[in-house]
Amino acid sequence: MQTLLFALEVSLNGFMTGILYALVALGFVLIFKASGVFNYAQGVMVLFAALTLVGLQQGIVPFQHLINNLLGTSIHGFGWNMPTFLALLLTLLTMLLLAWLVEKLILKHLVNQNPVILFMATIGLAYFLEGFGDLMWGADLKKLDIGIPMGISDTVEQTTYDWFGYGFFIDRLDITASIVAALLVIGLTIFSQFSKTGRALRAVADDHQAALSVGISLRRIWVIVWSIAGLVALIAGIFWGSKSGVQFSLSLVALKALPVLMLGGLTSIPGAIVGGLLIGVGEKLFDFMVGPMIGGATENWFAYVVALVFLLFRPQGLFGEKIIERV
Amino acid sequence: MGQTETTNKNDILMDIVNVTLRFGGVKALSDVSFNIQRGEIRAIIGPNGAGKSSMLNVINGFYTPQEGEIWFEGKLRPRLKPHQIAYQRIARTFQNIALFEGMTVLDNMMTGRMIYMKSGLLSQLAWWGKAEREETENRLIVEKIIDFLEIPAIRKTPVGMLPYGLQKRVELGRALAAEPMLLLLDEPMAGMNNEEKEDMCRFILDVNEELGTTIALIEHDMGVVMDLADRVVVIDHGEKIADGQPDEVRNDQNVIDAYLGVSH
Repeated sequence: MQTLLFALEVSLNGFMTGILYALVALGFVLIFKASGVFNYAQGVMVLFAALTLVGLQQGIVPFQHLINNLLGTSIHGFGWNMPTFLALLLTLLTMLLLAWLVEKLILKHLVNQNPVILFMATIGLAYFLEGFGDLMWGADLKKLDIGIPMGISDTVEQTTYDWFGYGFFIDRLDITASIVAALLVIGLTIFSQFSKTGRALRAVADDHQAALSVGISLRRIWVIVWSIAGLVALIAGIFWGSKSGVQFSLSLVALKALPVLMLGGLTSIPGAIVGGLLIGVGEKLFDFMVGPMIGGATENWFAYVVALVFLLFRPQGLFGEKIIERV
Repeated sequence: MGQTETTNKNDILMDIVNVTLRFGGVKALSDVSFNIQRGEIRAIIGPNGAGKSSMLNVINGFYTPQEGEIWFEGKLRPRLKPHQIAYQRIARTFQNIALFEGMTVLDNMMTGRMIYMKSGLLSQLAWWGKAEREETENRLIVEKIIDFLEIPAIRKTPVGMLPYGLQKRVELGRALAAEPMLLLLDEPMAGMNNEEKEDMCRFILDVNEELGTTIALIEHDMGVVMDLADRVVVIDHGEKIADGQPDEVRNDQNVIDAYLGVSH
């Protein structure tokens, strides 16, 4: 019984991690559906959003190393903290600006090119953004705290102790993340189902030519989609950043999103969510049950092995569009 | 729609003048000129690969010709992007159905109203004021078209699940939702059985007569073309080889050689 409850607790923790995987994967899917671009930079966008938020909030002077080197000064911060709300708003605006720039400087010039070329362009974007973020805000580990409750939830521990005689350790940050992620997904779903622009987004995802023929501007839709992906990246960045600090490794979260996408299917929003949750829960449970027998540290590779198996038997993923080959 | 009261010149909705379209070294259209009169059904015919679809793509802006002019409603049309041409109320269907497969019949047709919907993103996010009013108004028009095409029973069905003939009808509906000045149909009967063809013919005639919509269509089925079209332009190897009433065109020696004589 004790083991079962422990396994349940592990699963719950995995569930919370899975939600964050799902958020990153969601960013990938949104862009892929609308433009057929596999956006390698999605993970770096998460990092960049978190960096910008921390930088603004802590009053770090942008490009301080560059300025100090060029001018021989030694400035480090403005000496004030920006109100969290304002910092959030400015970061969001930065992500919107980024989306606009990506369309203007990259996508616009590569329309109708081979998908591989667009993919390469996003790799370039990823490295640029990573370097730019470092240059702007510094490469040191930063602590992100925007007032989200953190630490083990006493209420959950107490309640579960009363019920089962075993207290669950659940981080309050994870609970908040789950709620926010759920609200975000519901919001996006409602928007895409019931608004004119949402309809246009779905139309573009289905058929570019037909979308053009009814008067939808693809480029406008791309800006909107990259903006939404930027917003999703910001939210993922806030929670990952709060959890493990803002630093380069944050962008590696994106690598975990790849197996999530293999599992859920590249073109399916529900797939991204279910895939994220399955990987999150799966890797924690596997590490808990099988890990001790094979020396642990299974979390690093579990997701990729699952993805590999899926590629063998169901290459389109759980929810992806069926791949039909014309012979 | 005032076919009779105006002078001959005003009767011309679109005038295509000396259009040449090249893809690299290949000439898809060379020096093609013809016009489309208000209220008529204009057929564009020709053997496979003659350049008919290219012509349609030039009209709706997917291709920009290297030479030539397109006059629309008496004005020289500047170079426009395809989605801007939709705003001039030129709507089209595609040879291989191009519907939004994941969406319902209703949603597909609502995309046809896109050019009339002007609410901002914020208004839509709040689902308030203009955005809501707009949805309701445009929905009413779409419902009328759904009734007109006799498909009220399937309005909530995802189009991917419909049989071919109905998908074609929905695609026509999406184009009609734009209340087009000029409706372009790229092989509206291709791949249909006889019954579906008859239905489609009837709808095309109804659209033309009841709604007064000007139609330009590409079609392979010669019988259908002769029945439907007011005037026919024949293209072969990217060049115009005949233009006139169906009967004249049918008896034109060039056409017989190029198309009827040689073809299947």
